Amino acid sequence: MNRARRHFIQQGAATAAALAYSAASGAASGAPMRLLILLELRGGNDGINTVVPIEDGRYFDLRPRIALRDDSVVAFDRSLALHRSLAPLRPLWDAREMAVIEGVGYPQPNLSHFRSIEIWDTASASNEVLQQGWLARAARAEAFARFAADGVVIGAADLGPLAGGARAISLSDPERFARQARLAKDGETGARGALAHVLQVESDVVHAAMQLRPDVKFQTEFPRSPFGAAVQHAAAIASTHKVPVIRVTLAGFDTHQNQVNMHAQLLHQVGEGVVALRAALQEIGLWDDTLVLTYSEFGRRPRENASAGTDHGTAGAMLAFGQRVNAGRFGASPALARLDANGNLPFAIDFRSVYATVLDTWFGLDSERVLGHRFTPVPLLKT
Amino acid sequence: MSRTASARRTPGRTIARTWLNRSGQVLAAGIALVSLGAAAQTPPVLGQERARLLLTRTGFAPSEAEASRWAELTQAQAVDRLLTQTTKTANRPPPAWVDEAIVKPRDLRAMSDTARKQERQTQVRYGLELRAWWLAEMATTPTPLTERMTLFWHNHFVSAQPKVRYAQLMYRQNVLLRNYAVGNIGALLHAVAHDPAMLIYLDTVTNRREAPNENFAREVMELFTLGEGNYSEVDVKEAARAFSGWSVDPDRTTFVFRPRLHDDGEKVVLGRRGAWQGDDVLDILLAQPATAEFIVRKLWLEFVSPRPDPERVHLIARHFSSSGYEIRVALRELFLQPELVERDQDNALVKSPVELAIGMVRQSGGELARPDALAATLVGMGQNLFSPPNVRGWPGGDAWITTQSLLARKQFLETSIRRANAASSDDMLRGMDAMAPSEKSDVGAARPFERQFRRLAQLRAAQIDLAGWLKSAGVYPERAVGEQGATNLAHNLVVLPPLSAPAAEALGVDALRALLLDPVYQLK
Repeated sequence: MNRARRHFIQQGAATAAALAYSAASGAASGAPMRLLILLELRGGNDGINTVVPIEDGRYFDLRPRIALRDDSVVAFDRSLALHRSLAPLRPLWDAREMAVIEGVGYPQPNLSHFRSIEIWDTASASNEVLQQGWLARAARAEAFARFAADGVVIGAADLGPLAGGARAISLSDPERFARQARLAKDGETGARGALAHVLQVESDVVHAAMQLRPDVKFQTEFPRSPFGAAVQHAAAIASTHKVPVIRVTLAGFDTHQNQVNMHAQLLHQVGEGVVALRAALQEIGLWDDTLVLTYSEFGRRPRENASAGTDHGTAGAMLAFGQRVNAGRFGASPALARLDANGNLPFAIDFRSVYATVLDTWFGLDSERVLGHRFTPVPLLKT
Repeated sequence: MSRTASARRTPGRTIARTWLNRSGQVLAAGIALVSLGAAAQTPPVLGQERARLLLTRTGFAPSEAEASRWAELTQAQAVDRLLTQTTKTANRPPPAWVDEAIVKPRDLRAMSDTARKQERQTQVRYGLELRAWWLAEMATTPTPLTERMTLFWHNHFVSAQPKVRYAQLMYRQNVLLRNYAVGNIGALLHAVAHDPAMLIYLDTVTNRREAPNENFAREVMELFTLGEGNYSEVDVKEAARAFSGWSVDPDRTTFVFRPRLHDDGEKVVLGRRGAWQGDDVLDILLAQPATAEFIVRKLWLEFVSPRPDPERVHLIARHFSSSGYEIRVALRELFLQPELVERDQDNALVKSPVELAIGMVRQSGGELARPDALAATLVGMGQNLFSPPNVRGWPGGDAWITTQSLLARKQFLETSIRRANAASSDDMLRGMDAMAPSEKSDVGAARPFERQFRRLAQLRAAQIDLAGWLKSAGVYPERAVGEQGATNLAHNLVVLPPLSAPAAEALGVDALRALLLDPVYQLK
């Protein structure tokens, strides 16, 4: 597996040299920083209990036990009802820093967690297997070279959209990371197989440890939950200005049974977490250059199951936050009248259109080159 | 000393300084003989060198004493012995609570908050004791293959304690996996499908005729038997109907079938039509050729190399399936592959955290003094036993090594020998102090479970006799190792030439530390 990564390693020496050079000159060159923070809702977030089609009677028919009724939702405007746990996001909506994208999916949906997240992470078609994450492919662009690492992932070990060749670091706690990094040595290259991988990771550690040293004390109070800590670490890493992509993972969305409480608690963490993240990034003057985007491998089936939960579904909702977001709603309300043979939703927006927007508008790259096809961008971001 | 000397007489062990180049050739010749089964010539014995490699691959890195007990066997003899000496039960007595009745979910809900919290903490403690029990078994078992295969099935037929909740059920599943670890996979699949922990973990307990829950039906095809792409969504739906009505009794300890919740209508699964029951579906899945290939391929990745050879996998899968899925048939053929006794970068595999840690302890001839501390440390390395991240299990292979896990692995190795070497308890305290997470970084992760694990991870898990370990390579902690000593040590410790071989002037402890922190120590 992972031939691309190995190829990358063969070029390791050259890259390392380039990196050392760019570290000395690039980060200080004053080019504007654009930060993308991805929040992965792992397990398949229930889109229609997140952005709730409260005006569609079919929603209540399909979900007699777990439908969210008036007291369980919060209205952001006349027709936009969100899960009540997301109420803390209201100020962002009012400040026109929030967008809701409904019905995000892809043709021929795959209902396996692992395959579907692979499709999302690699931005592949359903029947196409790609090795590299979409952001790893984007990271080949020169614009990324001035950073200490292409990305940092927090809260999950896998590199997701950064897998397969990006200079990506997974860490749970930047301070501990810096302390431990003294045990790693910048490795030789020319190795093959598993050894090449170990060496590459060592080299990534050393380079990152030299530069990803947050020196910031936030006034912001972060939620006292593991996700709150993860968000705090993300803000600390962001403060170094040395990474263009951060992904934070919150797991537990695979709500096959008794989903009501569990889902409420998870979304509560999301809402609080985003609010804290914004406050922290505002403190250090980074919020205006930050885009926060949630995603999940799939939404869940509209009809509830017998365990007061929901099974794997297809299209779901994404949320976007940031100063430069075109506030409002995108996509289409769930077509509960047009479920497929498995009882799942058709999609309204291909997730790769959202990626194309991020690549073109946010990072100023050529999305067609990264994604291999032209996907119509969504006017999600101010240019 | 004498062990090393005797090892040097065995084939494959040539003049020390040139072993890298030569052993490959010598080995290749040896393997050719084995595979041709040349009647005229006796196949060569493994020798100390290849015995180490074979034992590391099929179990945990051996001590020199352990390796020497296999050195005089041929690969085939060694493999047969490995397979016949496996056991169906653990040697160590289980924790005291394994037969305790569990608190039913209904009773749990009726409890006061305090009582419920207490019950949860009890389960956390049991879970920790369970991990410690298994790790202690791994550290001391005379048949490491039994543990490797039990762990393999734990990572194949995944269940995880956070969802199953009851440590008692996780223990019983371990007993089950162990019982079939090198048995028959058909029997194993049927047993595991009826196992309470699995029934809870994949929601079979809530699968009813009127509203089937597809979780188990999907994963049994995608992850347990056929692999992705070898079934359709319709197959999942149809199979889910066949498993409806499968449940556990109110005590949550035994499988029960509830006919009134079962859909006994006709189903079509993988093109076969009938009023299938759950067990019929399992047999349909077992009859698919994809199943044998899927499992042999996964075993190959575990034991042989990172790139399965399609032809050999296909052949072994055929023999595996015509044996009626006897696991030892597949294992025997896999273990006879030349890759298992070759030192070749292309075939090297990343050690799982468990292999790294248990291997280090066994290799050193030391003792796992605090298996509970190791259980906690393994969490940081990305392998929390009885709690794989999701139903797919730990992805393994290269994915074991991330920036975060690599540092945790090195830290474990480094502190194990640093503490072993600490002249005074002051040194030890200083070492622990340096590792203790600062107050600032402790924000958030305030759950008692995590705090407890973090505290435990500070403790010394392994008790290592450094002098004894070094002596098996003929060197001493506070003396220069010398050319020969440096070579011996590298041979004993790592499966590939180290990237920075210890210098002759290095003291024994420093040479050992350098080898443990060398990237090749991460590999098997």
